[in-house]
Amino acid sequence: MEATMAKAINIGLRDALLADPETLIFGEDVGALGGVFRITDGLQKEFGEERVFDTPLAESAIIGIAVGLALRGFRPVPEIQFDGFIYPAFEQIVSHVAKYRNRSGIALPITIRVPFGGNIGAIEHHSESPEAYFAHTAGLKVVAPSTPGDAYGLLREAIADDDPVVFFEPKARYYLKDEVDQSLRVPIGKACVRREGTGVTVIGYGPTVLTALHAAEAASKDGDSLEVIDLRSLSPLDIDTVMASVVKTHRAIVVHEAPVFCGFGAEVAARISHDAFDLLEAPVQRVGGLNVPYPPSRFEKLFLPDVDRILEAVDLVTTYG
Amino acid sequence: MSLRYAGIRLSLVADVVQVMRAEDPVRRLFSPDGTLTDDARGSLGLDRDALRDFYRKMVVIRRADAEALNLQRQGQLGLWGQFLGQEAVHVGATLALRQSDWIFPSYREFGMAMCRGVDPAEMLTLFRGLTHGAWDPRRYHFAPLAIPVATQIPHAVGFAMGCRFKKTDEAVLVTFGDGATSEGDWHEAMNFAGVFKAPVVFLCQNNYWAISVPLSRQTAGSIAERAQGYGFPGIRIDGNDILSVYAATRAAAERARHGGGPYLIEAVTYRMGAHTSSDDPTRYRLASEVEAWSQKDPVARYRTWLSAQGLLDEAFDRGVREEAERIASEMRDKLAQAVMPPAGEAVYGHVYQHPSAQFLREREEFEASLDQS
Repeated sequence: MEATMAKAINIGLRDALLADPETLIFGEDVGALGGVFRITDGLQKEFGEERVFDTPLAESAIIGIAVGLALRGFRPVPEIQFDGFIYPAFEQIVSHVAKYRNRSGIALPITIRVPFGGNIGAIEHHSESPEAYFAHTAGLKVVAPSTPGDAYGLLREAIADDDPVVFFEPKARYYLKDEVDQSLRVPIGKACVRREGTGVTVIGYGPTVLTALHAAEAASKDGDSLEVIDLRSLSPLDIDTVMASVVKTHRAIVVHEAPVFCGFGAEVAARISHDAFDLLEAPVQRVGGLNVPYPPSRFEKLFLPDVDRILEAVDLVTTYG
Repeated sequence: MSLRYAGIRLSLVADVVQVMRAEDPVRRLFSPDGTLTDDARGSLGLDRDALRDFYRKMVVIRRADAEALNLQRQGQLGLWGQFLGQEAVHVGATLALRQSDWIFPSYREFGMAMCRGVDPAEMLTLFRGLTHGAWDPRRYHFAPLAIPVATQIPHAVGFAMGCRFKKTDEAVLVTFGDGATSEGDWHEAMNFAGVFKAPVVFLCQNNYWAISVPLSRQTAGSIAERAQGYGFPGIRIDGNDILSVYAATRAAAERARHGGGPYLIEAVTYRMGAHTSSDDPTRYRLASEVEAWSQKDPVARYRTWLSAQGLLDEAFDRGVREEAERIASEMRDKLAQAVMPPAGEAVYGHVYQHPSAQFLREREEFEASLDQS
């Protein structure tokens, strides 16, 4: 069926609630309202207030109780309302969610859903891309889908996974429509090729995959062939799929909305440079947010990577040397 | 006699602790000289053996605590955090629960762990740097130590919410110090517990010192009274009085398991030792203060009372001390025999339930590098 990403995640949550009676959904405004993005729309009505419930407004405790509920045998799927509101929960995520199994042998099957990224004209704290903080933390798995079908398939895998997963939802793509097949799962740790090409590998995840596809379309008119890789999973990182492309193109660009400095692209660039040093025709390029706090929304187009900036990087890697 | 608080009828057991009012002194059953101020044994349901077991356990954990400090001084442990002076809380609270009730400790609850049956030598492997978690929490219903202050409190509340969702009659106990009550996680967790009526007992071991910072710099108000702001009762008890700790914990746990919701107990005690073996309390507190608290020692006080009741004689006391020596000695010997787990397993083996191929490759490379060296 065709569905928006928002609907695909909603269906994914519903199917997870149906599949396992221990699955719980909770967070701020996820009950009667159905979430500020309506991702949990209708779920409380269908599954009751003990499985889908609003909590007090306290992110650290939302994640903290998820740890306790997981210890008690539940499969918690807490929602953090916005990327920029996850920081009070940082300690619980980094010190406990990520490390509990390492110290106790008890796996915590928690999936933390976080709408992330910008391009929605929002006020401060509503457009951030904090994924690198979490990808940096061993013990977590970190994923970010780019299509409705992947959002469904990755979410089901994340909730079924016995390890904790931070699930970043590109909110600017919530209303992107595409085919969703409820029988398809997307394994965590598996990237995919979104568009085949021969000249330059462009690597994105979440919101920047579509931007990269638009860039590939534009580049093709100039005779440049871009291969677009959707990482889907940041941790674990599927470097094999990336390398299979770079071996072919000898040029790579990594694109994300987060600031470039110490961003996830630095890891990807370093891995490519390490594994394909002799093959590369040009240094791996990173295209991302500026190294500033997310700007007021009227300026966000200048902050965010767009088609033009990707094409500039394409020019650079194709004319290098 | 029974009393009502916030419309909830408390059991007889609660009579001995009462709900705190602003003008209340610290509630106790014993005066510091070991005389009973209020004979509550009837409602506690404790027989001779149970009363003697309290003493036995306090002596045993105190001796093990002292031995652990010795081991640290001798270089056998990296660090030790003594609980000297807090034995009444450790024993009284643990024995007031059912074995199936989970306890969420902070990092000073070695005595509680021993009361739960955790092997003390195994527990010390954590402080020896061999592991981050020395016991299976599911076996003892005793959660891992939580070193970042107050972070275990929301875990306990979530666990208790889960008990409620599953409609069991479990109660959950979470313990922390006075310093933890300054942390956001304490307030958030207290608030959640009130809203969700979680069957959880918050046990604050107010030992007056958070490393070097005294209670007066931690809060200008009452810890116990804060519970009212979250919609449930809080009481302040004498934490050096084991019967008071036992009575309060049992009352709060029974109330919780029967749907009464959360309860806060502020057990007033004193950290007689340093914060840890790395600390030097002479830099920030007076010897006279420590001396004054030593007059309220929980073990000596209980011993005096037991003796006056005819429940403790020289032979029993000697037996208890010999047992404590034997346990400490066995702990010491067993720790000396603790083996280093293989490095690959210790470092990589417990991170993920389902590790990725990349993670396993890195582990293999790490293990291969060890073979070469």
